[in-house]
Amino acid sequence: MTTEEKNINITLKVWRQKSPDVKGRLETIEARDISTDMSFLEMLDTINEGLIIQSKEPIEFDNDCREGICGMCGAVVDGIPHGPESAMTLCQLHMRKFKNEDIIFVEPWRARAFPIIKDLIVDRSALDKIIQSGGFVSIAAGGAPDANSIPISQDIAEKAMDAAACIGCGACVAACPNASAMLFVSAKISQLALLPQGKPEAAQRAWNMVNTMDDCGFGNCTNEKECEAVCPKKISIVNIARMNREFFKSGFASQVL
Amino acid sequence: MNWLINTFGTSIGKKLLMALSGACFIGFLLGHLGGNTTLYFGKEAFNSYAEHLHALGILVNIAEISLLTLLVIHVVTGVTLFFQNLGARPQRYAVSKRAGGRTWASATMPYTGVLILIFVIFHLINFHFVEKTLDNTIFDIVSKTFVQPEFMIFYIIAMIIVAFHVSHGFWSLFQTLGANHPKYMPIITRVGIILSLVFGIGFGLLPIFVPLIAS
Ligand code: FES
Repeated sequence: MTTEEKNINITLKVWRQKSPDVKGRLETIEARDISTDMSFLEMLDTINEGLIIQSKEPIEFDNDCREGICGMCGAVVDGIPHGPESAMTLCQLHMRKFKNEDIIFVEPWRARAFPIIKDLIVDRSALDKIIQSGGFVSIAAGGAPDANSIPISQDIAEKAMDAAACIGCGACVAACPNASAMLFVSAKISQLALLPQGKPEAAQRAWNMVNTMDDCGFGNCTNEKECEAVCPKKISIVNIARMNREFFKSGFASQVL
Repeated sequence: MNWLINTFGTSIGKKLLMALSGACFIGFLLGHLGGNTTLYFGKEAFNSYAEHLHALGILVNIAEISLLTLLVIHVVTGVTLFFQNLGARPQRYAVSKRAGGRTWASATMPYTGVLILIFVIFHLINFHFVEKTLDNTIFDIVSKTFVQPEFMIFYIIAMIIVAFHVSHGFWSLFQTLGANHPKYMPIITRVGIILSLVFGIGFGLLPIFVPLIAS
């Protein structure tokens, strides 16, 4: 294959918004000769270089590790958070997924709880607030304990680990027709509620985190399953069921309120 | 009692209200369908079923009041959730695609819900709040209604809508109650589909069948 054949021309319809309070709009940007070996973010870098040379404002987008582990990147590409590839962050999406002459829509996460800062960057501190309200274990951990001093079955360890795979990118909120954060919160509640170290505070944690989630202005889950379909870490809605159980225990069977 | 109000006031609390009231309606539909199958056995069977039902006296009134209360809970909570959810995303996406989770049934829950509410009111006016006498038995009222094609079609469409609503509602209520386990969820989902078909077909064939035996 020659280099020319590996390159494609695309049209981006990308969300441009100067600051949180001004009105944004979709801007059309033509990009020529984009290598299909590029990642989606490298494609944006290339476009930005061009914009800078023309003394135009580059497209702002969040990113950090670019290897799918930090949860910093993310945009809604053609209507799907993190783009058309399943179980993948935006930084891991490659341009070989697209065809020559494709028109690609790029929008930021949209939710009342995630105000837009600029272009594709949204303020996800609502997720931090939820973590601060209970997503931790408040005991002095001390030195590393001896292996197996607290017995945990393989099955439970796996479930906790699956929940802990959440990188907090917010794609679940972006994908949810109701802009609900329940998949995120359920993963954070589950990873602790499953393990002995997390159990003592489980009731208080479930109560606080769910209430903080509501206060942040996220919507309500209606079991649409869009969240798990876009989650780059394949977090399952089984966690949401677990969160509900934890919450019922806290609301109906504990003394936390 | 504050704890109770606070618990039901949260997002998950409201989901629980929807799930519990929804579960009761599914129970009610099963009972209602059970009773209505007597229609398939003709006029006498149906009229005697109606008579036996009303012989329960006060129990019928209790059931009616419970159902009305559940209806108010289901509708008020549903409407609240609908508007909260609209408000949670003030700016919609220019392009939005399903990633594979959403179904037609799940996406239309609020709308099928409203249609069912309209149907229920209509249905009650039609059959419940009418004078029944010896020469105008409940069977006569039902058959006189269904011989009119517009009523027949209206009822059939309404039953298809109910089937849709139940097909998402059934598994969804288990998920909300926290009963989602990889071993059982596939069975629960299947039971939900079967149940919605049973409702759709069981109720939906009546408007066609009744005019046939009435004439
Ligand atoms: S930049 Fe770290 S996950 Fe994409």
